[in-house]
Amino acid sequence: MIVANKKIKLTPLNQIHKDLNAKLISFAGWEMPVQYTGVIDEHLAVRKSAGLFDVSHMGEIEVSGPKATDAVQDMTTNDASKLKDGHVQYTLLCYPDGGVVDDVLLYKFSNTKYMFCVNAANTEKDYIWIKEHVGHNVAVRNLSDFFGQIAIQGPLSQPILQNACNLDLSLIRYYHFKEGNIADANAIISRTGYTGEDGFEIYAPWDKTANIWHELMERGSKFGIKPVGLGARDTLRLEMGFPLYGNELNDATTPLEAGIDRFVKLNKRYFIGIDALKKQAQMGINKRIVGFEMIGAGIPRSHYKIFDKARLVGEITSGTLSPSLGKAIGMGYVKTELSSVGTKLDIEIRKKNITARIVKVPFYTRTVAQAAVNPS
Amino acid sequence: MEFPKDLKYTKEHEWVRIESNIVTVGITDYAQDSLGDVVYLELPEEGATVTKDETFGVVESVKAVSDLFSPISGTVIEVNDALVDNPEVINDDPYGDAWMLKVEMSNSGELKDLLTADEYKKYVEEEK
Repeated sequence: MIVANKKIKLTPLNQIHKDLNAKLISFAGWEMPVQYTGVIDEHLAVRKSAGLFDVSHMGEIEVSGPKATDAVQDMTTNDASKLKDGHVQYTLLCYPDGGVVDDVLLYKFSNTKYMFCVNAANTEKDYIWIKEHVGHNVAVRNLSDFFGQIAIQGPLSQPILQNACNLDLSLIRYYHFKEGNIADANAIISRTGYTGEDGFEIYAPWDKTANIWHELMERGSKFGIKPVGLGARDTLRLEMGFPLYGNELNDATTPLEAGIDRFVKLNKRYFIGIDALKKQAQMGINKRIVGFEMIGAGIPRSHYKIFDKARLVGEITSGTLSPSLGKAIGMGYVKTELSSVGTKLDIEIRKKNITARIVKVPFYTRTVAQAAVNPS
Repeated sequence: MEFPKDLKYTKEHEWVRIESNIVTVGITDYAQDSLGDVVYLELPEEGATVTKDETFGVVESVKAVSDLFSPISGTVIEVNDALVDNPEVINDDPYGDAWMLKVEMSNSGELKDLLTADEYKKYVEEEK
């Protein structure tokens, strides 16, 4: 992303990352840690024990007022009317043509107060989009400069966070949240994440975020907690087949093509984009997201072309060497008729066609012990 | 960060060990550190011809793909196949077990273009 004439933004944890000798990169206008000890090491820490992520770059947008429920219901694809206070929902903002504005988490505080957690690269765009589409009697506030955000992810997240927190975390179920206190700071504690592991996302005032980080690193040290950068954040989400806006999702791709139709409720009375998506559901989609595992040698990467013999049939959107599985994996769009599991296609890697096989996602499945908390 | 004195270097972060007409080639400590966890390596076959400043292979970390550029021209007389199977050795021992190729030079005059350890170290510090 190009951020013209804008100074790079720093999270409240920037100095901590520098003190930890993290490798810093520019991401969506922010200086962010891409790795501390190494992507594989950090990735495996999250799968085995716990990892701490600075996700303060994410945007938070509050929608409030007497008509807030109608407003969020009319601009999101999932059914916001099903949400109860203290629930979180994965949902999408769409354009009238069905393309995706952003994929977001929707937090319900009450019938008159909601909060969206949005992708860092989209915060400004989403804020304008939401403001333009909420209608009367609804206030929209961009709280992104107020909230810092830390994610603690991994099977040992709960015991670590419990020691630092005044709430009984066992009472917060997956995709639920509560307001509480961590390291003397008021915080929103949400049992959500982007790794496929149990864990929490913590929203706290900007200037309190560093205290929470230190507290959790200290409490977590005997559990093997590690700071985790954007590198492992990406490999963790990719092993789960979670889409990333800018890779799997964009304004020219619909949620039906992206395989996230279970978050699109076409039986709703209305939401922006419903007509286009109903029509597409009826006509059928031309391309569909799939997961690949390489059979030949090579690692698929974003924008590599996908061939069926000599015919170009799609493009890779994300790919890596999976640290948990030790295999080269990727996601991409292919023509719908070629999208069934088991289909063999070729990925063009440095002008050579290398065989890959379509596999089920998620690529990585949690063990029974790790799956104590079930996704709803 | 190590910069062994007995090696020569390129601005593309390869190192060269010269033994009469044969050179051994690898990538530097700085290169492996910048790449992060190396997970994939492609090298030419024994007998292949390599040309100075042209790519002879590819190294990939979890996140990134990087071309390898040949420091000199010549014929590949030995390839470190064990390294292709265990590319993570590049992170552990970039100047030792992670050598990549032995090349018989076709034009030893090209050696004058390589950097000394001090010159390379200075170059890396400026690049940071």
